[in-house]
Amino acid sequence: MREEIIYSIASLYRDDFRIRGYRFGSGHKSLCIVGGVRGNEYQQIFTCSQVVQALKQAEAEGKLCPDHEILVIPTLNPSSMNIGKRFWPTDNTDINRMFPGYDLGETTQRIAAGVFQEISQYDMGIQFASFYMPGQFSAHVRMMKTGFENVDKARQFGLPYVVLRNPKPYDTTTLNYNWQIWETDAYSLYTTVTTRLDEHSAGEMVKCVLRFMAANGIIDHPLDAIPVSRVIRDEELLSVRPHSSGLLRPCTRVDAHVCKGEELAWLQNPCDGERLETLTAPADGTVFFLHDDPLVYAATAAIKLIPDI
Amino acid sequence: MIQTVASVSLPVDETLAIKKSRFCPPDGGNGKRICIVTGIHGDELEGQYVCWETARRIREHPELLHGTVDIYPAMNPLGIDSITRGIPGFDLDMNRTFPGSADGSMTEYLAQKIVEDLLGADLCLDIHASNIYLTELPQIRINELHRDRLVPLAKRANVDFIWVHGANTVLESTLAYSLNSRGVPTLVVEMGVGMRLTVEYGQQLTDGIFTLMHDMGIWSGEVPAPRDPIISEAPEDVAYLNSPCSGIFLKKREHCAFVHAGEEIGSILNPFLGEETASILAPETGLLFTIREYPVVDEGSLLARIIKMEVPEA
Repeated sequence: MREEIIYSIASLYRDDFRIRGYRFGSGHKSLCIVGGVRGNEYQQIFTCSQVVQALKQAEAEGKLCPDHEILVIPTLNPSSMNIGKRFWPTDNTDINRMFPGYDLGETTQRIAAGVFQEISQYDMGIQFASFYMPGQFSAHVRMMKTGFENVDKARQFGLPYVVLRNPKPYDTTTLNYNWQIWETDAYSLYTTVTTRLDEHSAGEMVKCVLRFMAANGIIDHPLDAIPVSRVIRDEELLSVRPHSSGLLRPCTRVDAHVCKGEELAWLQNPCDGERLETLTAPADGTVFFLHDDPLVYAATAAIKLIPDI
Repeated sequence: MIQTVASVSLPVDETLAIKKSRFCPPDGGNGKRICIVTGIHGDELEGQYVCWETARRIREHPELLHGTVDIYPAMNPLGIDSITRGIPGFDLDMNRTFPGSADGSMTEYLAQKIVEDLLGADLCLDIHASNIYLTELPQIRINELHRDRLVPLAKRANVDFIWVHGANTVLESTLAYSLNSRGVPTLVVEMGVGMRLTVEYGQQLTDGIFTLMHDMGIWSGEVPAPRDPIISEAPEDVAYLNSPCSGIFLKKREHCAFVHAGEEIGSILNPFLGEETASILAPETGLLFTIREYPVVDEGSLLARIIKMEVPEA
């Protein structure tokens, strides 16, 4: 393993901003793995660190296949992470809305450009991503439909779901979208959580990444039968939205199978404790997303279901 | 008359309502409607003065009003109230949520109701105020896709600068793009600086709004002749100055100044050492239409923009 600084900016009063990378193997640039892009993506940096651990072990055991280079970048934004801020400390811009970047532009454009120049050279890219709303997900791989998406390869992670999303205008500056446009097979992996650690989920995700690497001949790793992924379009997910705002009181959990009409959650008046409404399953299916902030706003997709086939 | 455009209940004993005030003559007037919109970004307040001054002038002479004027001073009331640029609680830029969706989240629902309310207007002005970092000369920014329709209107708005910029997919999520693509001519105004009011600019733009209202037959009072704005239609017309390093930016020229190529417009300081880390020189001769106000800079922070042009003789 070689540890190196991928990009840095000198700061006036803080320590220098550094994006650190861990390079394994040598030769063809096969796979790049990126952890947190935002400063609150703790589960994402943690999962990435566990990938580094797994690859160090594989390297020590001589299981890295020749002529494959793997680059792991646990975070693109240590400056925000160290102060508990999701976006860039000074101007609140989002590095994940700056790709492919501009090396003569503003700070986060330069960071995106500096990183993208390096990571766009890889055949495949994995990003441990997070959702802008607070909540828990079923572990899944998500891809934007750009015309370049490689669904068959996405199945090699063996995750339960491959979710395809039609990009909206604001998606066109994300890492995943630009990776694809610049001809890297790009996959966004969603573990269960973002702002806290779920060790079990991280461990499962590491196994999926190792399985993917083995399937692509990058590492020598036991390749059991790959679990079958269900491919689903984002618009097929069934959103359950409250009509009122209040305290969300879930009665279910992520990955639970539920039947049509089953109570999923209820809304409570935060002041007098009265029940405001009951959220029920619109169809038989599996809970894919569950909002996990105590307060929920009206019309927010508090729960998303994957309907049974 | 104050009307509610959209409202949703918040979790704890509060309703979020987006409101507008409507001014029109008792007989309904000539059927024309102009909309003055501001406050999409909660830290941009220059439009507050424009809304107030527009309403004040109409109330002073209601007999001169012959059409409908809708004033929306706070598209993002939670943001304005909490000094937050985006929508608090969602960490979202409201101007990336349009055209919204009736079936979407709360923010998408609000965006959809706003667009629905503005549809049918004959003209809309969406007033922004740069951000807290930069001061801007009063200007109108126009997507090149809508150039032909909007530039003639912008020329009447009494701004100093019209900037026609390239189409950008990301900008398709803005209010202005949503309205322009749905047949409502919408001018995006940028002026002044975030978190402050610049009365001079507020008066200048309000004069322009009344000129536009006069052109539309909505206002029959006397209006001043609008300024003759500089128009930039080519990307190479505008030079950007980004900081070469981190430090403290000390500006040495004010915005609106004419500068010559090679002239110093500011410097980057290192307070530890009493050193000037970098001297910021104008790369082109022209008008300094943007200058940084907020002194702390990272490498890459935008310091200034210059529109290339011949400098008038002193």
